[in-house]
Amino acid sequence: MAPAAPHRTVRDIAHARAGDKGNISSVCVWVHDPADYELLKKTLTGEAVKAAYPGLIRGAVQRYEIAQLHGLNLVMHEALEGGVNASLNLDSHGKSWSYLILALPLAE
Amino acid sequence: MADVFRIGTGAGFSADRLGPAVELARFGALDCMIIECVGERTLAFGHRDRLLDPSRGYNAQLEARMRALLPPCRKSGTTIVTNMGVANPRAAAEHTVAIASELGLGGLKVACIEGDEVSDLVDPDTPLMDEPRKLRDMELPIVGMNAYLGIDAILPALQAGADVVIGGRLADPSLSLAPLVHRFGWGLDAWETLGAGTLVGHLLECGMQVTGGYFADPGIKDVPNLADCGFPIAEVTNDGSAVITKLPQAGGCVTLATVKEQLLYEVHDPARYLTPDVTADFSRVSLRQAGENRIRVADAGGRARPKQLKVTIGFDGGFIGEAGVSYAGANAQRRAQLAADVLRERLRPLLRNDAATRVDLVGVNSLFATAGAQPDQDAEDVRVRVALRSPRRDDAELMLWEVESLLCCGPAGGGGFRGAIVPSVVTRSVLIDRTCVKPRVTMLVA
Repeated sequence: MAPAAPHRTVRDIAHARAGDKGNISSVCVWVHDPADYELLKKTLTGEAVKAAYPGLIRGAVQRYEIAQLHGLNLVMHEALEGGVNASLNLDSHGKSWSYLILALPLAE
Repeated sequence: MADVFRIGTGAGFSADRLGPAVELARFGALDCMIIECVGERTLAFGHRDRLLDPSRGYNAQLEARMRALLPPCRKSGTTIVTNMGVANPRAAAEHTVAIASELGLGGLKVACIEGDEVSDLVDPDTPLMDEPRKLRDMELPIVGMNAYLGIDAILPALQAGADVVIGGRLADPSLSLAPLVHRFGWGLDAWETLGAGTLVGHLLECGMQVTGGYFADPGIKDVPNLADCGFPIAEVTNDGSAVITKLPQAGGCVTLATVKEQLLYEVHDPARYLTPDVTADFSRVSLRQAGENRIRVADAGGRARPKQLKVTIGFDGGFIGEAGVSYAGANAQRRAQLAADVLRERLRPLLRNDAATRVDLVGVNSLFATAGAQPDQDAEDVRVRVALRSPRRDDAELMLWEVESLLCCGPAGGGGFRGAIVPSVVTRSVLIDRTCVKPRVTMLVA
């Protein structure tokens, strides 16, 4: 099988930051150019995010929109392997989870 | 010109830098400096420290911070508001008074806020937040329980003229909101304004995370002079709106992007950010450039405060052992994979069911292993990393021994063994009726 053509990812249009509370990871995502906001919204639906990482995100994903600032907030439940005090992941806060979101391919 | 109240951050977490805080204290012309040092983990570790030694349990860097910050803050009339007391605010306040006396800062008023420790007030049948179990279902020993205290706990200290306010689990944004309420005379039910002030506190509470820290991604998001990044300053006016900025000589940057990333950091529903003081609404916030490294923040709001307070409960989680050995050069990934397989096989019969282990290949697939990232092929610099949690220190020691044994017993070319065992804490949260919690202020004078 031929290797797939390199696809555009969320990182091509947006920046993000991850935070943790208990076993909930939240990642806020902001487009660099307001013109890309609709594409971001189309790409990062709660269902799409959960489906991309089913082994990691065990609970629901809620999505909040901050339209005037062209951002989304993704709140991913049961997504930190137990949370900062329980996870044996080297990154027990899930600080790097922002780059999981940024790695997702943009919607067609 | 409108009355402006200047708040600066002196620390945004327990291990934050001190140098930039000293710069702000000297050159920031601050009315108030907040020093935020408590998280879920730091609180539980504070309780453990206090159990081992009743004179400890506060921030380990308190002495260094106070020695460096008290003199310039005294000189500039800057009030310090901090939760560096962690699990022992009384000892922290007493130690601060002793330092002030030694530094010749006679008459310095240090207020100690207690009453956040609520171990006697929480019913074992209280449901845990975010999971369908009760407190009594947790099988681990409790090390401490603290309610998040808000401005109603801090204001009496400011009204009594404190130069330094030290508490334990003071909610992060309340550190900033209390001095704002004190200065501008906002009502304790002026929810819209309290929400705006809470946003200021939220933007300041993680220190450099709003001035270029935790932000740089070279080539896409570059930050000037990150090594000398400065802490933030908020210039707040009577309506609760503010300009977020930094000292001009400090590194870092304050841009729309840095402020946006911090705006929703660890926020869930932006329209309902719960603190002890208000249900803050960040969903309508507006941001606008107001000069170089100056972002004007406005239009946060709020509604009535929650009737309950969040309580963090720390449990003794036993021990975490962590050990590693590295492989480099040709076929390193397969040699490391073989080492990992050997370790899994050998550790399985040694450990009881209450010990959990994890084996990663750092350099191939570690942080994203559970997320299911595809491992690279043929990585040539790979570290096998084993982590273990157990109630028994012996299990961790056994694991470290097994990893070290790979130096002679494992695949070719393994080197660089390191291992460490640290105590582990586990935390959960519950809610408590706020009327049960009775904060109290004691004023100590140097």
